[in-house]
Amino acid sequence: MKSNLRLAWRNLWRNKRRTLITVASIFFGVLLATLMSSMQEGSYSSMINNIVKFYSGYIQVQHEDYWDTKTINNTFVPTDSLIDEITSVTEVTLITPRLESFALASSEEITRGCMVIGIDPEKEKEVMDIGKWVSDGVYLEQNDRGVLVGFDLAKYLELSVGDTLVLIGQGYHGTTAAGVFPIRGILKFPSPELNKQSIYLELKTAQEFYSVDQQVTFMVLMLEDQYDLKKAMRKLSNQIASPYAVMTWEDMHPELLQMVEADRAGALIMKAILYIIIAFGVLGTIMMLVMERKREMGVMVAIGMQRSKLSWILFFETIYIGLIGVIAGFTGSIPLIAYFYHNPIPLTGDAARTMEEMGIEPLMYFSWLPSVFYNQVITVFIITALIALYPVITSYRLKVQLALKA
Amino acid sequence: MSVIEIKNLYKIYDGSEVEVRAVNGINLNIEEGEFTAIVGPSGSGKTTFLNLVGGLDKPTDGKVFVDGIDVWSLKSRKLIDFRLHNIGFVFQSYNLIPVLTAKENVEFIMQLQGWSRKDRIKRTGDLLKAVGLADRMDSRPAKLSGGQQQRVAVARALASKPKFVLADEPTANLDSKSTENLLDIMEKLNQEEKITFIFSTHDARVIKKARRVITIEDGRILKDETK
Ligand SMILES: Nc1ncnc2c1ncn2[C@@H]1O[C@H](COP(=O)(O)OP(=O)(O)OP(=O)(O)O)[C@@H](O)[C@H]1O
Ligand SMILES: [Mg+2]
Repeated sequence: MKSNLRLAWRNLWRNKRRTLITVASIFFGVLLATLMSSMQEGSYSSMINNIVKFYSGYIQVQHEDYWDTKTINNTFVPTDSLIDEITSVTEVTLITPRLESFALASSEEITRGCMVIGIDPEKEKEVMDIGKWVSDGVYLEQNDRGVLVGFDLAKYLELSVGDTLVLIGQGYHGTTAAGVFPIRGILKFPSPELNKQSIYLELKTAQEFYSVDQQVTFMVLMLEDQYDLKKAMRKLSNQIASPYAVMTWEDMHPELLQMVEADRAGALIMKAILYIIIAFGVLGTIMMLVMERKREMGVMVAIGMQRSKLSWILFFETIYIGLIGVIAGFTGSIPLIAYFYHNPIPLTGDAARTMEEMGIEPLMYFSWLPSVFYNQVITVFIITALIALYPVITSYRLKVQLALKA
Repeated sequence: MSVIEIKNLYKIYDGSEVEVRAVNGINLNIEEGEFTAIVGPSGSGKTTFLNLVGGLDKPTDGKVFVDGIDVWSLKSRKLIDFRLHNIGFVFQSYNLIPVLTAKENVEFIMQLQGWSRKDRIKRTGDLLKAVGLADRMDSRPAKLSGGQQQRVAVARALASKPKFVLADEPTANLDSKSTENLLDIMEKLNQEEKITFIFSTHDARVIKKARRVITIEDGRILKDETK
């Protein structure tokens, strides 16, 4: 086997220029495909991060009726045993409660619908990190009676830090919820949607406002790694039963999942076309090479080399081309991806605006996901292995007496 | 027993217009230690004949026995192994594997036979010395003259310790000096090591060296003379 590999390696360099051109085509293919995949995965993961961070978390534990009927009545008390069960899932790094419902927010003359979200200010630092978005005033403290108001909402209500905000809504089991709250800070999120409607307050304060006791609308679960979602979900759904329901961000934002999947499919088609073009180039090279070598192959079989051995040599030669191409491609793409991973490309123009409207920072992220790389290895290996069938078949079909005449 | 026994050998090509009887009923015995030339005009069937004897081309009819073994009764893999262990081949040109050096080309066949590295290296040295190329062991074929390449091919053909060597026009592409040189080496190996050589040729100078000359024409033996 070692001698086969050596012979294949030497054969590779018989026509240096041709080999290098063929390798170059794979190099560019792998380079493009890795960059493309890295950008794709990077942007998906930034979108997912974003939605997870600002909206849903990776996973939520809710009352089983909450998703269909989002009222303050479908809440639950997070018991210690429930929290223990969640904490026992090692992938879950953080649990934080939220109490969320609608209300009307008013200043003296103006009234507007809003989203009232009760949070644990300490724990929430590791999820939304709301403190980071306080543009004016201060963040909430433990047992704070004040509120944080979205920038656009505050502007609409003509309120600023220190002013008083009136909230009116429906509390637990039809009670009236009403309260007056001092504004501690103004929040300026990257997302206009959040700026227009959100009001944050301490969980306890929110519970009092809605006249619930210990209830929350859901528990937000964070993970170390977004790719642990399936695993964590499997464990959780084994442990948590009625009257609770476990939902992933995929369940809660199906439109995002669909968008990611549609985009993936589109990109896959592009990569497939790219690789098919490359495959035909490599096939051309290999066919030419086999044609030129018919006589030599004839001599080898004539003097006593088994066709299987000859096949291996030609197989390795073809695989080598792919291997060198992949290594060269990675040598080119890894430094680029490494650089852009740490320095995402700022976007401008319409794309940037759209992303900002979706609440996403307008940056082009790159991903280090292993699949970005090993998918190319697998693809090139499959392509070259398929192409290598041509010389393998040729060496089995070779008519020695005719090959010797060539 | 003869090394090679050829019985009623035929190779008939069924062309679209005419059938060609490239080998048309040959009976022949070759004994150990022979130094035999197959001669005849172009198209007389020399190459076809040698290919049938060497297990490279399947006869339409008839049998070839090597040491009593019916060569064409062997299945594909067995036949290749049979060639590897019993027959040395020298072709007209481009015999050698271009990416291997002279030494490696000779070693190659012993490697296929599974020799130990030590034995391979020793025999390769001996053989390349015998063909006068001890100083060109590490050259690749492209760096050798046509005559030198053919001498390496002879060394390779002998490396496997075959029962006989088949050489189809081994000197056809060589100048007269290289031709003479190659023939001298073959003759010497024949005389000193008792290697059986069967070679085809048009070349009068080569024919002169042979001890047995078999003339074929239209696929039949015309004359069979032993000096
Ligand atoms: N594959 C083939 N198909 C049809 N006819 C063939 C084939 N190979 C050889 N022949 C015919 O068989 C005959 C003998 O050919 P062969 O090559 O054995 O002659 P040769 O004596 O070796 O000639 P040369 O001295 O030119 O090498 C020729 O008439 C040739 O045309
Ligand atoms: Mg011929």
